[in-house]
Amino acid sequence: MYGDTSIQKPIKIAEPTSAEQARLEEIFQQKIDDDIKIEPQEWMPAAYRKTLVRQMSQHAHSEVIGMQPEGNWLTRAPSLRRKVILLAKIQDEGGHGLYIYSAAETLGTSRAEMIEQLQSGKAKYSSIFNYPALTWADMGTIGWLVDGAAITNQVALSRGSYGPYSRAMIRICKEESFHQRQGYELLLTLSKGTKEQKEMLQESVNRFWWPSLMMFGPNDANSPHSAQSMKWKIKKKSNDQLRQEFIDATVPQAEFLGITLPDPDLKWNEERGHYDYGAIDWEEFGNVINGNGPCNKQRLANHIKAHEDGAWVREAAAAYAEKQQKKRVA
Amino acid sequence: MPKHTTEQITEKEWPLWEVFIRSKAGLDHKHCGSVHASDAEIALESARDVYTRRSEGISIWVVPSNAITASKPEDKESLFEPADDKIYRHPTFYDIPKGAGKM
Repeated sequence: MYGDTSIQKPIKIAEPTSAEQARLEEIFQQKIDDDIKIEPQEWMPAAYRKTLVRQMSQHAHSEVIGMQPEGNWLTRAPSLRRKVILLAKIQDEGGHGLYIYSAAETLGTSRAEMIEQLQSGKAKYSSIFNYPALTWADMGTIGWLVDGAAITNQVALSRGSYGPYSRAMIRICKEESFHQRQGYELLLTLSKGTKEQKEMLQESVNRFWWPSLMMFGPNDANSPHSAQSMKWKIKKKSNDQLRQEFIDATVPQAEFLGITLPDPDLKWNEERGHYDYGAIDWEEFGNVINGNGPCNKQRLANHIKAHEDGAWVREAAAAYAEKQQKKRVA
Repeated sequence: MPKHTTEQITEKEWPLWEVFIRSKAGLDHKHCGSVHASDAEIALESARDVYTRRSEGISIWVVPSNAITASKPEDKESLFEPADDKIYRHPTFYDIPKGAGKM
């Protein structure tokens, strides 16, 4: 999932220090302009590498942390069918994290370093996972809205300029469609259920609508660093463009479900050919990103605990490998 | 702050393996990514879990990443450009009259 562009930091571009440097940068930009993908061993500006490592590692962290809100409901899935679906989805998120860590490592930063940055709080992950999954309906809403927003982001990212990231995104997008569809199907089932089930559905969507829109990041006017990412084709579409695409695709799906979206300003604008929508509460967004969301502490604490609890397995496997190696030499 | 210095050292000792998958009989193995694993056997199992959850493969190769020798991007011209002007190596270079039949 995810590919949240909302957690990007400013890109610092150093002036070329020599004529040779300037020539390399020119060749690099020419490749980008010609839509030639950049591969790991090739020369790239330090800021391009740094931006990608940051974005990809945060994307990978989001996948892995994203397993937690859903893991919370595994033992309470209402049927075996729903349980195997949820298990498969969570396993996919873990897999997606690994694809992206693997792609990010080609830039010369080890996975251990990236995980260290997550656990120390230096690296961020998508703000959406700091909201709790309070009801079973949330399992559907997360699939429909959160994965839906993620797909919108990731389809754009799959056309990005860095080869390994782009390939990982293509792979992920193929798998992600199942995530969104199973979520929508779950909600459709609730929409045909009892009064309580219908209320649970509406309440869940009310909670997740705005945080889902925030996943696309600040409005373009407040996203001054996007320009460089667009020039390098790390980013192919602006935050507001992607948000609009998502809203336009999602509103009819909400109507089909027979629910409302919690925005009184949401209405079709014939002239623009898009839905208009209300103002997003960026103060809430800032709070959640900066560690004060409902679940920030719990998510990180769980990650660290799982990592530490698994230490003996990693040590045992390393010791076993060493022993086998010695046997072969002997 | 997490106290995982020892794990980190262990993790660093888990080498990287490149993963190649044959998607079906008759096709080549194709590179698809990498995994960290303590040995070849675990690398195979991890590659199975990470890269073939939807019947993407019928055979997997794992190769220690440091065993791969790759050509350098800066050698691209000297390695590959000599082929660019040898158009006579392609069948379309030759005009064969229709009368000669399919060739």
